[in-house]
Amino acid sequence: MHGRPRKAPTPQEEKALALKASKLRPLQSQFLQFHHNKTYTKEALEVCAKLLEANPEYLTAWNYRKIAVEHILSHSETETETDPESIKSIFSEELRITERALASNYKSYGAWYHRKWVLRKGHSSIDRELQLLEVFLKKDTRNFHAWNYRRFVAALKNRSDEEELQFTTDMISDNFSNYSAWHSRSVLLSQLLEKKVQGYFPKEKVLTEEYNLVHQALFTDPDDQSGWFYHLWLLDQTVKVESPLLVSTWPPHGSSINVSVNGCLDKSALSPMTSFDLSTGTIPVILYFSEAVEGVNSSTINVESIYDTSQDLIWTPLSTNNSGRAQAWLTHLNFLEEKIHFLQANSVKVSAGHSQGITSLNGFHCTHPTEFEFTVYVQPPTPQHADLQCLEMISWGDENFHICETHLKESSPIKFSDQLENNEDNKSTAYKCKAETIANEIALFRELLSEANCKIGKLTLARLLMAHDVITSYNKSSDTNKSVHFEEVLDLYCNLMNSDPPHSQFYKDEYSLVLLQQLTSNPESLLRHCYHYRDSSSSSIHGYICLRLCNLSISRIGSIKQLLWIQMLDLSHNQLHSIEGLEAMQLLSCLNLSHNQIGTFFALEPLKLLKSLKVLNISYNEIGAHSVDTRRYLCSSPLSHTVGSDWSFSEFAIDGVDVKTYWEAFFIFKDLKLTQLDIIANVVAEEKFKVFLLKLMPTLKWIDDVELQ
Amino acid sequence: MPVRISLSPFTLPATTLAATATSLPSPHRGSLSLFRNGRYPVVPAHRPNQLRPHHSRHWPPRIHPRLRRLRCRKNRPPSRPQPLLRAHFSSLPLQDLAAFLQSQSPSPPPSSAPSDGNLTAVELTTRHMYSDVEITSHSPEPLEHSRQFNLDLAGPRVLFCADSAVDLMLKSGTSQYMEFKSVDASFVCGGDGKLATVPDSRSAIFKDTSLGLAEKTRLSSFFKLVEGHLKSDDERKISAEDLESPFIAFLSKMWLPPKDTMIDDVVGHWTMYLHDGIILYAIAMADYDQSDTDVCKDVLKTRDGINRLALYHSSVGRFSNALGALIYPIYGQGELPQGFCRRAAVKGCLYFSGSYKGVKVASGQELFSHQMVLGPSFIVPSPLFKSSPDSLQDVRGKVARGICITKTSVKPGVSNCLVIYPPKSLYPEQVTSVRVLQTGSSLAGCPSGMFVFYLSALCDDANQGKKSLHAAVNAIFSVPISGTPDHGSTDESENTQVKPTLLWSALYIQEMTTCSFESISSTPMPDGSLNYNDILDATKELFHKMFPDEEFFPETTFSEPEDGELDESPNGESLDS
Repeated sequence: MHGRPRKAPTPQEEKALALKASKLRPLQSQFLQFHHNKTYTKEALEVCAKLLEANPEYLTAWNYRKIAVEHILSHSETETETDPESIKSIFSEELRITERALASNYKSYGAWYHRKWVLRKGHSSIDRELQLLEVFLKKDTRNFHAWNYRRFVAALKNRSDEEELQFTTDMISDNFSNYSAWHSRSVLLSQLLEKKVQGYFPKEKVLTEEYNLVHQALFTDPDDQSGWFYHLWLLDQTVKVESPLLVSTWPPHGSSINVSVNGCLDKSALSPMTSFDLSTGTIPVILYFSEAVEGVNSSTINVESIYDTSQDLIWTPLSTNNSGRAQAWLTHLNFLEEKIHFLQANSVKVSAGHSQGITSLNGFHCTHPTEFEFTVYVQPPTPQHADLQCLEMISWGDENFHICETHLKESSPIKFSDQLENNEDNKSTAYKCKAETIANEIALFRELLSEANCKIGKLTLARLLMAHDVITSYNKSSDTNKSVHFEEVLDLYCNLMNSDPPHSQFYKDEYSLVLLQQLTSNPESLLRHCYHYRDSSSSSIHGYICLRLCNLSISRIGSIKQLLWIQMLDLSHNQLHSIEGLEAMQLLSCLNLSHNQIGTFFALEPLKLLKSLKVLNISYNEIGAHSVDTRRYLCSSPLSHTVGSDWSFSEFAIDGVDVKTYWEAFFIFKDLKLTQLDIIANVVAEEKFKVFLLKLMPTLKWIDDVELQ
Repeated sequence: MPVRISLSPFTLPATTLAATATSLPSPHRGSLSLFRNGRYPVVPAHRPNQLRPHHSRHWPPRIHPRLRRLRCRKNRPPSRPQPLLRAHFSSLPLQDLAAFLQSQSPSPPPSSAPSDGNLTAVELTTRHMYSDVEITSHSPEPLEHSRQFNLDLAGPRVLFCADSAVDLMLKSGTSQYMEFKSVDASFVCGGDGKLATVPDSRSAIFKDTSLGLAEKTRLSSFFKLVEGHLKSDDERKISAEDLESPFIAFLSKMWLPPKDTMIDDVVGHWTMYLHDGIILYAIAMADYDQSDTDVCKDVLKTRDGINRLALYHSSVGRFSNALGALIYPIYGQGELPQGFCRRAAVKGCLYFSGSYKGVKVASGQELFSHQMVLGPSFIVPSPLFKSSPDSLQDVRGKVARGICITKTSVKPGVSNCLVIYPPKSLYPEQVTSVRVLQTGSSLAGCPSGMFVFYLSALCDDANQGKKSLHAAVNAIFSVPISGTPDHGSTDESENTQVKPTLLWSALYIQEMTTCSFESISSTPMPDGSLNYNDILDATKELFHKMFPDEEFFPETTFSEPEDGELDESPNGESLDS
């Protein structure tokens, strides 16, 4: 049934197909005639039945039958044929037709749907269904239609989940290479675990048994993927924290923020990391959750400050899709000039989780109360500094970056917000149990890899090691003997990239995430990549601290929760094709993405949300080189009717340029207030395009290192 | 009394018979058709009048309907022709078997045969093919049901689903006269004396609870290696050097952990032993202790080992209604010769054997032929053959066989199974593996509620063979102490599994002879292996020497629809992929 290569049809087969088609055609036109005329006579139904038997994939015919049945039922009520027997016979005829259709193609969606529809009407007996399913599962034990239908029938019949679980056990011991059976098992177990059915509690015990079962499959044939999928599900069940948590914030807990009113801080005296320019009169507050959540608003988040009350705050999700769900949420605290007390400690207290309302995609509430506090010092205006210096051109050359002074490292105000997750619950036995399970799994798969060279085993080991680190990091008490596996995991992914080239992009992405996690895992390693930006050609002291993650071969961005404070970021000379997640770095004002593999403007969509971004370098990428963007339908675009209706291209019409060809760029740049843009060495970057950009962004002062007049 | 030379081909292995028969399409060779009513082609020497020359065009077509009826009859009772005619491959009722074993007496002194013209008649002598017969009865029950038994003389013997014998049966159509049942399970005895299931397939490995996880990986990856080799995938071929090496050396090479972990501890050694036990003795069915080169008379080469594994694996799942790799004919082994004979009869063949110049049957009738095939127990006296003065064949060692009857199964709930005791598993000096086949009443070899066990072990001499058999009998059964026959092992502690109580047993030593071909050819005795492959090969060889130009078993096509008992599943293999 499976793993059979497709064969080109022989001339005879083609001939037979053509013959079949020629027979079907008149039948089909006859049927459509009936359908259009709303004819539901016996003869019409027979034609339809004949057609479906020959071609069960014809959905229109199935829909016609549904309409016909409804029609007959509603009309018979007015007459005398309302007795249950005749209704029953109408439906059993429908069942018979689906059966015949399934006999000719047991993977026909339409036929299975129709059968479900009939049974849902509740006029037919469902006793035969399990027998029928047995026949289908004998033909093909993996047939997911049959498995799906089985769950439907089991629910109709009120068969207990335990019984069904036993059925999957039997099927698996018959032949464990059965994705559908394993999947069904995960569905049933989730239900049993959720209901805490007798014998399925505690969860840890049940999961241990399941691990033991799936190990038999994995070790018997490590190359069979079906068991691995189930193992991945089990691992997810083990590691996953059900309720979403607030994992990171900006400003961090306990921090002191220095802000200047007119954009000119005396940065020599203050740490550049917490200095913040208040030219907009607001301070952003970012909440970063462990997963995408919704329901973050002034009633679920409590803010105490002398300037604002939480009621006035509007929280916006930082996400490029329109789901209303996001991992990062943003609001702005207003520091209105008239109320500012200069050099005074203005304490702000934010608390979350005190009431339900913040929910994850799976419907879990953020129930853990979390609180953080920071202090804001507003610097008095220093009029002796002119505005000019803020508008110097940023040059990304190495000579302008200087190793951070040691005193800076010591007095580093970077707060690692892990402590937000830390709480008493984490030390409970459940966590210990989880950590033990993971450690046990790690040992087992190390053993497996010593026996067999198995790609998916390596991938699983990498995932397990990361899960282990996550779980032990929750448990702060065991900090002392905390073993961190970053190097081993990175090695595993490197190895996989080489041994499995078709999937190397996936491994590279995973590798990037782990690498970033390693770099940001502690303040020391992060500071090693932090540089002071000081333009050597300029006399002014620019106070940016730049995180430079260059030449690391990263293809994706991660660990954003540790990087919320970044104002200047250099990601040049990597293999980035997406900058997903960057939208949470709301303080970012200078970004270097040059020498990467960004293929379209859509990949830059997160930039739209970075309102403070002033300097952008996207030179030496592949923008415009790929005529077809496979992600296009996933992005906001006029094609998906998500954006564009209010766009006024005509404003930007330039002689000889069809603006519509640049609509992607229009979409990204129209709301940005960049002062400096480098776009050289991209396919799209021709002269006409630059003209278009200049018109689009009047704020631009430099383009491709050329100062504009 | 003159030696009765049975002209019956039943002294041949069944396949030889049919082979000989189908290949003689015409009477040109002066052959004779020995046929009686189209049923069992027996040659009753006392009814010589029924012998008539065969002319193929005179073949009565009315035979066919009768046979068809015969085949269609449901629940066909076991056919019972004169048992001795099937000689060494027969299945006999209990008392007949006992009598047969004991009747193997030396032939009487040759009577002076009159010379007839220029031909000299030579009396044939027979020799003991069975010795050291030891029949013990602990309970009268089996004897009371004597006629309900069909005991195999040359047991244990089964067929692998992918055996060439099965192919031959399918090809020749013989399979339609027989029904088979699968042997439900195979067990191998570990060092602790416990029986472990033989994990012979992917799902068996998955379900096995005795194997460690890493062992499962190794075992299945080894099976994969074999599969890859057999698919003639150049990259995955096992090197020629490895193929010539002893199989056990290859196994230990594969089994050594790839990393330099030392397996010096007892556990490591034991697991190695266990796996070698499973692969070498329970799947590749090696006879001799492969790890002891001093006593090992037959070192299994990797090439042969791989082929045997391949046979085992291609057997699993060949027939959708056979669970494991092995099948066994209902009504016993004796059905096979019958089946071939019937098939031969239907196809209008001859049962033929000739003599050097001729044979004088006991009744006095003289038959002349250029070629003659004799059963293995006949000795042609020296005057005819200068080269081999005593016998036609080489004696090739002995095989100790045993038949035991109990009322309980060795494993609860399992009716038919194979149990392997690898060398050294019963006692330290055990050189050859002992194979035990348990058959329940579903195979129609015994009355319901009873189980028949067949045991066999190769041996050099009777003592050695008997020692192995006794050790196995003691390991499997609780043998009632004479005098208190009904006292089983009930006083054993409750958690140890109660062994089946032995009701009746027959242990004997059988000579093994090879096939020989000269002007008078002779067939081999049943060998010590579990299936028919070697016998079939010998038969083929004999046939090709006798009739170099004939095809061995031309393809038979069926004109009538078959309700074949063997239901081959064409996509049985692809289903689990």
